[in-house]
Amino acid sequence: MGVYSCLGKNLEEVRESLYNGKSGIIFDPVRKEMGFRSALTAYLETPDLKGQVSRNQRVYMPDQAKYAYVATTEALRNARLDQDYIDSHEVGLLYGNDSTADAVVKSVDIMREKKDTTLVGSGAIFQSMNSTVTMNLGCLFRLKGINLTVSGACASGSHAIGLGSLLIKWGLQDCIVCGGAQEVNPYSIGSFDGINAFSTRESDPTKASRPFDRDRDGLVPGGGAATVIIESYESAVKRGAPILAEVVGYGFSSNGDHMSVPNVDGPSRSLEMCLREAHVDKKDIAYINAHATSTPVGDKNEAKAIANVFDGYKPIVTSTKAMTGHEMWMAGSSEIVYSMLMMQNDFIAPNINFENPDEDSAKLNIPAKRLDTHFDMFLSNSFGFGGTNSTLIVKRFTK
Amino acid sequence: MDKDTFIEKLNELLAEEFEVDIQTIRPEATIKITLAMDSLSFVDLIAVIENDFGVKIPGQELKELKTFSQLYDYIYEKIQKA
Repeated sequence: MGVYSCLGKNLEEVRESLYNGKSGIIFDPVRKEMGFRSALTAYLETPDLKGQVSRNQRVYMPDQAKYAYVATTEALRNARLDQDYIDSHEVGLLYGNDSTADAVVKSVDIMREKKDTTLVGSGAIFQSMNSTVTMNLGCLFRLKGINLTVSGACASGSHAIGLGSLLIKWGLQDCIVCGGAQEVNPYSIGSFDGINAFSTRESDPTKASRPFDRDRDGLVPGGGAATVIIESYESAVKRGAPILAEVVGYGFSSNGDHMSVPNVDGPSRSLEMCLREAHVDKKDIAYINAHATSTPVGDKNEAKAIANVFDGYKPIVTSTKAMTGHEMWMAGSSEIVYSMLMMQNDFIAPNINFENPDEDSAKLNIPAKRLDTHFDMFLSNSFGFGGTNSTLIVKRFTK
Repeated sequence: MDKDTFIEKLNELLAEEFEVDIQTIRPEATIKITLAMDSLSFVDLIAVIENDFGVKIPGQELKELKTFSQLYDYIYEKIQKA
């Protein structure tokens, strides 16, 4: 695993932030000057890759590809996948991404102003394509298996891992670099701000993202990148890889309903399919990392779906988005990494800002404080615009 | 701008854009090798020169310019005529 997020630049920093319930949300005055309704955002620096990645390769990389490079470098190192192995095997790449707005805006601005396409530079086309992250990672790490961007809105990163697990299950790939990346800049989410989706609790940024809380008023946009290396058991054993966990289930569904308003039925079917595919008892799921983004209707409907599907059994439920904001295309992967860090280190991060439940979240077991507890299996939900839903179940690996 | 000042300025811009040691940019040196240019980098060379000196080098003509000396002469002549 590897990660680059507002909670930290590597797994250890992120683990510490999760453990301490530290928020990565700030107020960005630039957005206010740009006319944003909400200037709240996750904060992370753009990685400086000078000296690590050549100039001729860096010109192809928008910020989200840089985040993904850092996360993937860490993940490959932790998985003990060196370049010799990668060069002699067909290691695949499935990464979630669903926008590259900043690069598009910047190159279009130059074209409009200068009336000369040459001046956008050699990297603009490669930065401007939705598959920019997989294009870049595939070339940088010389990956030779499947090379594909998964665009499933805010479930992209989760679908990437789920689809990867199926390719491995079907024997089409032995090892795949999976993940999700999300650009962090005003242009990419200006129109999202425009539809009143964001929290306006600007006076207290770290309290703004409050999934499941009665007084939530919208999400806070975030971003970064998270990478997990998934591999067949046989391949992992053969090369002596450190095996952390097993993806035991992938469920998916489409709401077939409204563009932005989630329902209860779609997520419920995704949850049910995942449980069915995983062949596990609901009561074996100790922890659910919810999609809950801190929007009034989204959290309400997910709470209903979880309560309906788990029918009386109450696993611990939290949304790490309380600390990270909504990491969108990245979220489905980063939340697997966050949950894995918790499972490896015997704690469940607090659902910070959960002060008062509403009538639906009151039916769930949501801790506002950190729980120091051992668990062996978790479920992660990711839902997106257009009604795409993805659910993953991950189990601790034991010999 | 005299030619020496122009060359000094251009060398600084190229060293920054292509991240190379400015000492390696010598009149007789080969542009492509010195600037570690790949098949797409010529676009960035054209852009740097156009943005900073207002001289647009057609791609085909750039291919004919092998050394920095040839590049200096080509651009400086265009600047003088402008």
